[in-house]
Amino acid sequence: MSTVFPQWEVFVRARRGLDHQHAGSVHAPDGETALRAARDLFTRRQEGVSLWVVPSTEIVASDPADVDALFGPAADKAYRFPTNYDLPPDVDHM
Amino acid sequence: MAADLFTHVLRQGDRALVLSHRLAQWITHAPTLEEDVALANISLDLLGQARHLFTYAGELEGEGHDEDHFAYWRDASEFRNPLLVEQPNGDFAVTIARQVFHDQAAVLYWESMSDSGDTTIAALAVRARNETAFHLQHSAGWLIRLGDGTDESRRRAQAAVDAMWPFTSELLGADDEGALRADGLIGESIESTWQVAVADILLEAGLERPTSIEQRTGGLHGAHSEHLEPLLHEMQGLARAHPGATW
Repeated sequence: MSTVFPQWEVFVRARRGLDHQHAGSVHAPDGETALRAARDLFTRRQEGVSLWVVPSTEIVASDPADVDALFGPAADKAYRFPTNYDLPPDVDHM
Repeated sequence: MAADLFTHVLRQGDRALVLSHRLAQWITHAPTLEEDVALANISLDLLGQARHLFTYAGELEGEGHDEDHFAYWRDASEFRNPLLVEQPNGDFAVTIARQVFHDQAAVLYWESMSDSGDTTIAALAVRARNETAFHLQHSAGWLIRLGDGTDESRRRAQAAVDAMWPFTSELLGADDEGALRADGLIGESIESTWQVAVADILLEAGLERPTSIEQRTGGLHGAHSEHLEPLLHEMQGLARAHPGATW
């Protein structure tokens, strides 16, 4: 078939109470068909209780070239971690 | 002669097995990778149903036959499947039209069997009903998209509906199972519900519901079309070449 259907990103929730996690992608002409394909491809071994599909074109992704500017500065900001702070002896076991 | 429960169970097992094999013939030929997996999944579900039904048929028959006997060691005239499921795959639209007609009947059949007086079938019906409900979502979803798609897909979908329609009446029950129904072993007739449900799907797909096409029957009594024998030849060849082999 020459037509390539649009791509959809698939998110699976493994159990009630957990978040949906990205599992992969499928090609399908529309959302409902994408959901059915995702059911067959990603939940055949009881991996999930809920599915989301999202058009891949709707995802805005960070640019790998920006990785230093976006994520590098967090590396030397120790004050963002709780271990940076000394707790008073009274709450030592918090 | 009135059909006994063994014949009824065999008809259902043959329906599931033959359609399972037809769908398996799509593997590596489906229009997309996703559809390849979808058709294979449905095929495997049907194979699982056939295995349970054949095992139970063997118990009812009481001659020590297991599931492999019914699948591999009977000839075409001994099969009791409706003619629809042995019809060749054709193009994707033919496979989907065949599947819609079958799946709608299967969903209603298993629903009607969930309170069968036969506890073995009633238990099987619960799982089979869930499986078939998804099969129907898949097939009806595609028929609606094909009918409501391009001029070409609509033309092919209508041709497929017309080609498969003559084989639908057999799906809705056999003419010799009245005693089983009276005994509460099989459920109420699904015919009127099926007609309404299929008319709804065709309407949503923008396809014409065939009216004046003559129905073809015989499969439930072992009188098959020319298409069953080659299918069995392919399906049974390995088992018959190596009797008793396991793998």
